[in-house]
Amino acid sequence: MQQAIIELEGLSKHYGSLKAVDNLNLRIAPGEIYGLLGPNGAGKTTTILMMLGLTEPTAGTATVCGINATTHPIAVKRKVGYMPDSLGFYDSMTALDNLVYVARLSGIPEGQVHHQSRQMMELVGLAAAMDKKTATYSRGMKQRLGLAEVLIRQPEVIVLDEPTLGIDPTGVKDFLTLIRQLSRQQGITVLLSSHHLHQVQQVCDRVGIFVGGKLLADGDVTSLWRNLSPGENTVVNIQLADPASVDPAIPAALKDLEGVQAVSLTEEGMELSCSANITPAIVRRAVQLGLEVMGVQQKAYGLEDIYHRYFENNVNLHKTDGKSTGLFQRTFFRKQKA
Amino acid sequence: MENPLVYFNGLFSGSKKHNRFLSLLFNRAEVTTEARQRPPLAVMVRKEIADHIRSWRFLILLLLILLTYAGSMYISLSNVKAAVANENDPDRLFLYLKLLTISDGSLPTFHIFISFLGALLGISLGFDAINAEQNAGTLTRLLAQPVYRDTLLLAKFLGAFTIVSTLFLSLALLMIGGGLFVTGVKIEGSEFIRIMAFVVVTVLYVGFWLALSILFSVLFKQATTSALTVIGIWLFFTIFYRIVVSMIVKAFFPDPVYLSESEVVSYQQLLLDFLRLAPSQLYTDATTTLLMPSVRSLGPLTMEQMAGAIPSPLSVRESLLIVWPQVTGLVAATAVCCALTYYCFMRKEIRT
Repeated sequence: MQQAIIELEGLSKHYGSLKAVDNLNLRIAPGEIYGLLGPNGAGKTTTILMMLGLTEPTAGTATVCGINATTHPIAVKRKVGYMPDSLGFYDSMTALDNLVYVARLSGIPEGQVHHQSRQMMELVGLAAAMDKKTATYSRGMKQRLGLAEVLIRQPEVIVLDEPTLGIDPTGVKDFLTLIRQLSRQQGITVLLSSHHLHQVQQVCDRVGIFVGGKLLADGDVTSLWRNLSPGENTVVNIQLADPASVDPAIPAALKDLEGVQAVSLTEEGMELSCSANITPAIVRRAVQLGLEVMGVQQKAYGLEDIYHRYFENNVNLHKTDGKSTGLFQRTFFRKQKA
Repeated sequence: MENPLVYFNGLFSGSKKHNRFLSLLFNRAEVTTEARQRPPLAVMVRKEIADHIRSWRFLILLLLILLTYAGSMYISLSNVKAAVANENDPDRLFLYLKLLTISDGSLPTFHIFISFLGALLGISLGFDAINAEQNAGTLTRLLAQPVYRDTLLLAKFLGAFTIVSTLFLSLALLMIGGGLFVTGVKIEGSEFIRIMAFVVVTVLYVGFWLALSILFSVLFKQATTSALTVIGIWLFFTIFYRIVVSMIVKAFFPDPVYLSESEVVSYQQLLLDFLRLAPSQLYTDATTTLLMPSVRSLGPLTMEQMAGAIPSPLSVRESLLIVWPQVTGLVAATAVCCALTYYCFMRKEIRT
């Protein structure tokens, strides 16, 4: 990988005996859109706070733009725009005043502050409401104001904590499109955390799955799946015209095919899991066996499946053997890193 | 509110507007040619002051203090004639100091009032300085900007401090102007200096309570908890502290009948030193000395020390020397509060 713009090494944060973030290693390249994915309480926000120097790590280092975020938070904050998950504004001030205040604090020259703020308000679509007090703003409007605040500083890195929370679907789509566009055209690195899987899947180049303070895996969606279950790469669904009247001998016959590991009957037909992609051979065999094939589908795995799989693994291991959990995750994690 | 569909309309279409947006965002050269930046501290202090002035809380306290001021001025103006004519009072010729210190007993004098109200003013301006921002979620946003954390603390303190100083300075000047207008007597230079010193001490006193309440606003997450705690401390010092000290004295100090005079004096001194741990005592000591020029010592005086002393007012310089320890004490207490606040806040985790 080229020079990383965000580099976390052995980052840990403990609250008493609770390990909110546990020995996290992560590198994000410039211009990348990285999705931090995990359930509530997985330590996403804590990780982000440590990257901005708003929380001190118990161990490890967070380096952003080549600067240690714990010891030099100000230098990092000059380059990073951060939008927290719970956005609060000064309710007694108008939206424009809120933006102007932050713009001044972030060091925008006095002569330009008002001009730029107004322009930014127009461009996030708040021109009509910019002289209203923020107390009257809806969640979506606050979110847009928050984005204006992040963008007005012209950051190199944008960190968004649950950016799509509370916005309607159209708004989410526009928001994500905008973020992707900015990243692509200006080479801005984006780190966003979310538990909305499909949204993350839409925009992110890479995702990291984050459960219980540990990064279980990171990579793009395809490689994640490949790493997760090397034994059952391909699942083929065969839709049949009359699934109810399938000869019991047929699944066994299909299983004799080389590469097929398991065959199961489903409501619509059959599901075969294979060690390699042998769909043509399966179809040929099925037709030979006299099955009335309506359709054949090679199952494509989405982030949601991956996520659930990781999460399940984690939970199962906790249940069966508490001690082996850490070991499993650690070895798995090393594999990811390599 | 407009249709959510138009949230980002025009931003993604590659239109002219879009290009302008991007050039605005990322053409750094264009931006840096413009004029100077404002330092973050100045920006924050400005905002704090504006916030306070617009808040109801401040208006109510302002009203209270103005009422106190008007009431005590009315009482003292109606009694000033008798006070000035009193031959036995060495301070009788300090008309303007008299205006601040005389009373017919129906109302406490202005500086006594301020030892209560000033504390309340300081507490009310600072008790939710940090935790309100944290609960509203503005603290995270604020600290995600490239500003130092101490800048925020300092801005919170200085904002309220500026308001308090302005308030008391205007009150003092109003009083001098009103006195001039009513009596037509010219103000002495020494009187003016004394009154200004009184203003400074008052502001320092309010500053102490302000610093203390900001400290608690960092320590406690809930604004109500911090407010109650500081008010509790204030009540303790104004009401209970004196009682507690005298109880301890009764229990531990020997009966003065069996002591020599010098021992009595030293015990008395010790008692006073204990009482002076209360900031309101420091304030009352300091203001009394400043406003009553004939006060020559804040502790007990022996007959030998008094022998040969002419009951005449002290010079400004001597009064200032007497109150110097009190002022130092107030400043030190404020500094301790500020230091503790910094210590607690600098490494605090900021999240809502």
